[in-house]
Parts: sequence; structure tokens; C-alpha cells
Amino acid sequence: MSAFSAIGEEAELDRDEFTPGIEPQATWCPGCGDFGVLKALKQAAPELGLTPDEILLVTGIGCSGKLNSYFDSYGYHSIHGRSLPIARAAKLANPGLSVIAAGGDGDGYGIGGNHFMHTARENHDMTYIVFNNEIFGLTKGQTSPTSPKGHKSKTQPQGSAKDPIRPLSLALTSGASYIARTAAVNPRQAGNILAEAIEHDGFAHVDFLTQCPTWNKDAKQYVPYVDVQDSDDYDFDVNDRGEAAEMMQETEDVLHEGTVLTGRFYVEEDRPSYQQEKIDQGQMPEEPLAERYFDDSADWQRTADELIARHR
Amino acid sequence: MTDSELVWRLAGGSGDGMDSTGQAFEKALMRMGLNVFSHRHYPSRIRGGHTYFEVRAGGEKVRSRGDGYNFLLALGDSFARNPQEDQPAYYGEEEVKPLSENLDDLREGGVIVYDEGMLEEDDLATADVDLEERAEANDWHVYPIDLRGIAREHGREIMRNTAGVGATAALIGMDTEPVEELMSDRMSGDILESNITVLEEAYEQVTEMDQAHDVQVPEGSHEENQVLVSGSQAVAYGALDAGCRFIAGYPMTPWTDVFTIMSQNLPNFGGIAEQVEDEIAAASLAIGASHTGVKAMSGSSGGGYALMSEPLGLAEMTETPLVLVEAMRAGPSTGMPTKPEQGDLEHVLYTSQGDSNRVVFAPGTVEECYEQARDAFHIAYDYQIPVTIVIDQKLSGEITNIEEALFDREPDPSLGSVLTEEEIADAPHHESGIFDRFQHDPENDDGVSPRSIPGQKGGRFLATGNEHTPQGHIEEDPDNRVFQMDRRMRKLDAIREELDEFEPVHQTAYGPEDAEYGILTWGSQQGTVEEAIDRLNDDGHSVKALGVSDLMPYPEREVTDFLESVEECLVVEMNASAQFRGLTQRELGQFGEKLSSLLKYNGNPFEPAEIVEGFEIQLNGGDEAPSAQTRIEPAAGD
Repeated sequence: MSAFSAIGEEAELDRDEFTPGIEPQATWCPGCGDFGVLKALKQAAPELGLTPDEILLVTGIGCSGKLNSYFDSYGYHSIHGRSLPIARAAKLANPGLSVIAAGGDGDGYGIGGNHFMHTARENHDMTYIVFNNEIFGLTKGQTSPTSPKGHKSKTQPQGSAKDPIRPLSLALTSGASYIARTAAVNPRQAGNILAEAIEHDGFAHVDFLTQCPTWNKDAKQYVPYVDVQDSDDYDFDVNDRGEAAEMMQETEDVLHEGTVLTGRFYVEEDRPSYQQEKIDQGQMPEEPLAERYFDDSADWQRTADELIARHR
Repeated sequence: MTDSELVWRLAGGSGDGMDSTGQAFEKALMRMGLNVFSHRHYPSRIRGGHTYFEVRAGGEKVRSRGDGYNFLLALGDSFARNPQEDQPAYYGEEEVKPLSENLDDLREGGVIVYDEGMLEEDDLATADVDLEERAEANDWHVYPIDLRGIAREHGREIMRNTAGVGATAALIGMDTEPVEELMSDRMSGDILESNITVLEEAYEQVTEMDQAHDVQVPEGSHEENQVLVSGSQAVAYGALDAGCRFIAGYPMTPWTDVFTIMSQNLPNFGGIAEQVEDEIAAASLAIGASHTGVKAMSGSSGGGYALMSEPLGLAEMTETPLVLVEAMRAGPSTGMPTKPEQGDLEHVLYTSQGDSNRVVFAPGTVEECYEQARDAFHIAYDYQIPVTIVIDQKLSGEITNIEEALFDREPDPSLGSVLTEEEIADAPHHESGIFDRFQHDPENDDGVSPRSIPGQKGGRFLATGNEHTPQGHIEEDPDNRVFQMDRRMRKLDAIREELDEFEPVHQTAYGPEDAEYGILTWGSQQGTVEEAIDRLNDDGHSVKALGVSDLMPYPEREVTDFLESVEECLVVEMNASAQFRGLTQRELGQFGEKLSSLLKYNGNPFEPAEIVEGFEIQLNGGDEAPSAQTRIEPAAGD
């Protein structure tokens, strides 16, 4: 008998049931791409039969960090850049939960870059949505890690001398086992990709292009977009690391030339997730650790029985 | 206890097995009925360099490493030799350091055994040491023995440590049986056989030598079963027995000890250990696991703990239970990685933005490490608040015998103030169905609001580092802000009240209750202060001590009572800016005229004699300069 009866509960919910009664209306700017992420998530969750009480949505700081204010589930609005380490421990503590982390491009590829690299490397079974608007929005328009070279802002008055980070390539090199890019302007694809990412058994990274009409007016609105799976112009095997790497490089190169390529870029189905590896190696219990604390008949080992003899 | 004690120092090369040989010898002494206390000294380098392991043993309780020692076993330093023999020795005179560098602390009448197979007396000249002259002046008894030769002949060269232990036993009138017993526990087959032969050969050879010294193994017996435990082990075992089943960390000296012990044992206890990319991640993982219904911990030393500042504040704001360990070392910055200091007190109390809302314990002994680690989890999970256990390189590496019965306790897997799904169903919710996670129950004035755990039906809420409503939604309304702040801060008052009722008490009083003078200290210096108190009272002074463990919330009543009862008080701590004295004056708002400080920050912990000296100087007006590397800071007034 689980102490967490929401986990795995059968339910057919409507997308509106993921709208919290406290803050039903998001306060992002009109035209903001972040609405697209919220909409896609509200599509994906009921599609997968999930209920609000079995999802833990962990966010960072920024406009994107407000996602769990507007999505009804267990939420943890953490600190800048640190959604991933909180989220992955939650998944280890209770693998039954659907754990989703989300944050902006500054949050994930800048201040939290180290965690991104290592969470991908370890292949935790979770989804990471990065709201990529190529700008710092909440702090009013500074150059971000994904801003194109030459991007001018109050903090880069002469224009950025830096090449932008390559999010997809970075995820691949680091070890993510599901890598996709979608765009707020393409809600149907975005919903499908999020559903796939949540279903994926391993670290799923979704680079979500979210236009910022307030602070990044010069940037493209990510239209027209191309779905690389639907287009005859692109032919590569998403299961092949080498071909995926080339496709990602091209995708990252052409974004700033006005060609918005989206879709699945890399999918590795047979790599075991981190917790599976840990269970297989005897480093983690098979039963969710969180359950034990609610189980009155659980056996709690004592140092007196296990460890003290060697100190005599 | 100075006349009837053995203080045995094993000196040699770092990497030559000093620790394992020393610990085995210490355990043999414990099994013979003695009380033991050991101290490790090592340089901040990987291999080579001179290191020692010191065991103090006596029939009475041993509270500190004492001052100096009376038996030196100087082994060679195998890493001091340059593998390219035609080149000049890379480490210079380093190879005689196990002998030459240890002489200053050797007491009059002391014994020196050195391995003449590795160290030649001629080498001492290169280090400018005239051993003969100094031995005569100090009445030392020197026994050069070819330990390497014995090891080579009857076993392997590496067994020269064993030969040294055999020689020691022969010189102090100690039976080799407990040593052989311990060897049988750890080894088998040919290796065991050779070691025993080497031990016995050395013993016999040395027994036949002319001996003229007085140092002998003391006598003692234990009424209760004893176990040999270090401060780090006690912290880790306390955590395990408190039901902690998750640790995340990143290596850093000396925190690595606790992290290693937990990582090695957690899988067997059905738990999870994670070594992660940095300390920000480590603290964040512990928060994630705790939020999801697991008792979790992390920790680090000064620099790594600095990286945990922001997650620590997040735990305060989201009221996520969290236990951290801060194993201090000498700072600032990288400082002296393997040297103890108590310089991180203010760092631990105040790091992270906003008003501190946390609990800090600094255990003073190995027993307290175990007790207060358990208490830390109890308080953290009951009150949904971060608790930091502050230790230092001194306490973490100290090994001493304690009663085995200390560990014979029921585990405490309670998650504290959490609700079950049935209780959640009856608990207040927002009209939209969101659980009032941060809703104070007006009937309950400790400020704690029981939480739900992700996955529980009907328990969903938002945890956020922003100020928030009862449901966790971001809110900057002034009334809500004051209400939530007051509620969180009120938890500290409730915790103080509970701590005041704790058994055993966290503040340790020592010495005659009606004493005229006081010594106040915190954390790891407690045992050393207690030994100084004994000596001072034996010398006709009237002085008592209070060792403080609770640093936040501060034990106002206990310290006030203590300070009111004495004329003057010396505050002993291992830092340069008298941080604990400052805290005490700030918390109590009085006693500024009574409190002077004795400070030490040279990388070594206080010795009892230094405290005795500091106390006597202060008693005489404080004008004299201490002979030791300590500093007296006069009372600053209120």
C-alpha cells in the first residue's frame, strides 16, 4: 500500500484541470513565448494520464521560473540555476514521481551550466525544459548565453563578442539521451515533444524557443519554422550520435540566419537511466526510498548491529 | 594524569601506513583496559612529508592529547628517498624528519626508538641535530634498532611498522597478545604469520637489550564495554541512526571523512549516496531529497560550505528540513587544508542573504558528535529548518574510546512534522484544492506547519524561495510578509525551549560549581579546557568551565547563569577575532567587562598547558606575553 496514492493513479483529466485556481492567469507579457510552454505542458500531462499530485515541477528563477505558479502540480520554485540538482534528487528519492525541471537559457546554460552538463551525463530519468529566448527577460533585456554574436544590450553596449552557446550539441556531448528543440509558435509539435520527453526513460532535454516580444524585439519570432522530421531537406538518423551531432551543428548555425529548425535531434532508447544503473549496482533500493518513511513495518538498520563490532 | 600515562608518538612518512599501525596500537591499549585518545598530524600534500599519529593512554579518562609526549617511535620515511639515486635527494633532509622534527615536544625522561635501518645518526647532522647532546640534557633514553632489518629477515620490508610496535611493547612492559589478536582480525595466511613473527622477533630482541627508562604502559580497566570511535564516525553513525538515508557531497578536507563513511555505508543501509559536481549541487540535492520525503544531509568544509549559502537560504525560506556538516579548517580561502581552526563560526551563523533562520550545533566530544547528529535530524525534521553541525579537523580526526552502550538505541526514522494522505484530506486547503502548506495552526504556537510530500494525493502546493502565501504562491503583501516572517522566526524560540529540556544537555559544565573564575569555550576545545580546569584547581585556583554546543539559537539562560556566577571569564577559541566572545556579548548584551579571550590560530589546537598559562597571565592582569603561540585579548566592555 503506497503512501503516495496519486502516483500511477488512473485518471482522465482535462487540460483545464492543470490550471491552478489561485493564479489561473499567467502574468507574462502579451505575445510571450512562455505561454506556449505552459500550453504544451497542459497538453502533454493529461495525454500521458498524469494527475497534478504525481508531478513535481521544479523551476529556476526568471520569467520561466513562474511556470509552476501557473501549472497546478507539486511545484518547487528554487533559486537561479539550481532546478536540476533539486529535481534529480527528488527523482532518486521517489522514482514514481514525474519530475520535470524548467528554466530559462541564462538559468540552464549560464549559471546552472555545470548542473546541466552533469545531469545530462548521469542520464537522470527526468525532463528538462529550457525556455530559450536568447535574452535575459526578467532583469530587462541583458545579453544571455544564447544571444547571437554582436547582440547589443545595456550590458553589452558594443555588442557581444561571444559566440552563443550550442545547447543541443552541449546536451549531446554531455550525455543526454533525448534531445529536441521546439518553438512556442508551433504548439502542436511542442505538446507532442513534451509528451515524448516525459515518457522517455532518461534525461530528456527540450530546448524550447520562446520569443520575447518585450526585450528581444529584434530577434526572430521563430517563424517560419521547419520540423526536421517532416522536411525532405533534412535526412539524418536521430538514433545515430554522429549524424545527430552534425544536424545539431547545422541547426545552431542557421538559427541566426533566420532558419528555425525544430524537432527531435537525438534519441537513445536503450541506455539505462541513472537510477536503473544505481539499482543494478546495488547503490539504491528498488522500492522508492520515500515510501519507507511511511511504512510502519519497515526495517531500519542500526549502527549498533551493523557497524559497531569493528570498533571493539 | 601525567606521571602514569603513556603518550606514544609514531612518526614516519605520510603514506607509510602511520594511521593503520597507530590505530591498531591504540585499540590494543583500549582492549587492555586503558582509556585512549589519539591525534593525527599530517601535512597538506599527497605523499611524502613527515606525519605522526599520537596515542595518549592512561587509567583515567583522557580528555585531550595533552602536552608533549613521552615515547617516540621514529620510522623511516620511504617517500623521502629519490628514486633516481644518482641525483641529490629530492626531499633534502626530509628523511630524518620523523626523528629530528619530533624532539621538541618529547618530555624529560622520554624514550626514543628509531629505525637505524632507515635513519642513520650521521643523517641527523644534516638536520643540525646533536641527538647525543640533547638526550643527555633531557634524560632521554635512545634505542636505535634495525627495524627494517628485522622486517626484511622475517617478513617483508613494509612490516617495519610491526617491528616498531614489537619494540615498543618490549620497552614499555606490554604484552603483545592484544596486538596479535588485532592482527588476526585484519589479516590471514602468510601475511599474518610473517607479521606475527616480525612482531615477536622485535619484541625478543629488544627485551634482551639494556633498558634504563621509566616510561611503562599504565594500568587500567573498564567497567563497561568500550569502542574506539572518531568524531567523523560518530557524526556519520548519529546520522544513520537518525534515519538519514541520503547524502550528497563533494570531497573537501576534512569534511571528506564524514562523506566517505556515509557513502561507504548508505547502500548497505538501503540508502543513497551521491558524489556530485559541486557543493551548490550537493546542498540542492539534499533539499530535493528531503522535500520528497527522505531524511537527507550534505556538508563541506569552509570553501565548499560557502557555495552552499544560497541553497541554505532556500531551505530556510521553503522550510525544507536539511542537515549540513561544516568541518572547519584554517582559513581564509584555501588556508591550511589539514589544520584545525574555529574561524568559520560567523560564516556558519550568518551566511546567505536575509535574516538567519537556522540551528547550529558544535559538539565538543566524540559522544556529543553522535548525540548532536541525532538531535540535528530530530530538530531539522520536526521544525522544518536547516541544522548545521560544526566540527573541525581536530574533532573529526580524534579517536577515543567511548562506551559501546551509547549506540544501543532505537533508530529514529520519523520525518517529523509531515502529514499522511488521510491527515491531508482533513487539513485546510485553498478553495481551488491547493494544500495550505504554510498555514499556521493558531492552536500551535511553535510556528511549524506540517507538510505534505510530493506524490501524496491532495497535498500539492508550491514551495518557493520568494515570500509566499499559505499555499506557497508568490506574494508581497505586507501583512502576509510580516505574518510569515514572524512565524518562521518563532520556530527558533520553540527550538530553544525544547533544547533547554534536552538530555544530555548540549552545554557541558565542568569543575566546581562555586568556582570563582570561569572558562567559556565552544565546540572541539571542550576536552582540552576540562583538562586545564583540573590542573588549575589542583594548583589551587578556583575555576570552572562551560563548553557550549548550541550556537543558534543561543543558550542565553545557561550562559547567563554561568557568567553571573563567576568574577571573570576567559573565552577560549581557535580563531583570531574572538568570534564566540563577540557572539556571546551580542546575544547577552552584558558581561563585556568580564570576558577576556585566549586565542590560538597557528594551525594547532590548544594544549592544556597553554590554557593554564593563559588563565594565570590573565589572572595577573594580562600584561605578560604568553610563551606559546596564543594571544590574550583583554575585555572590551559592553
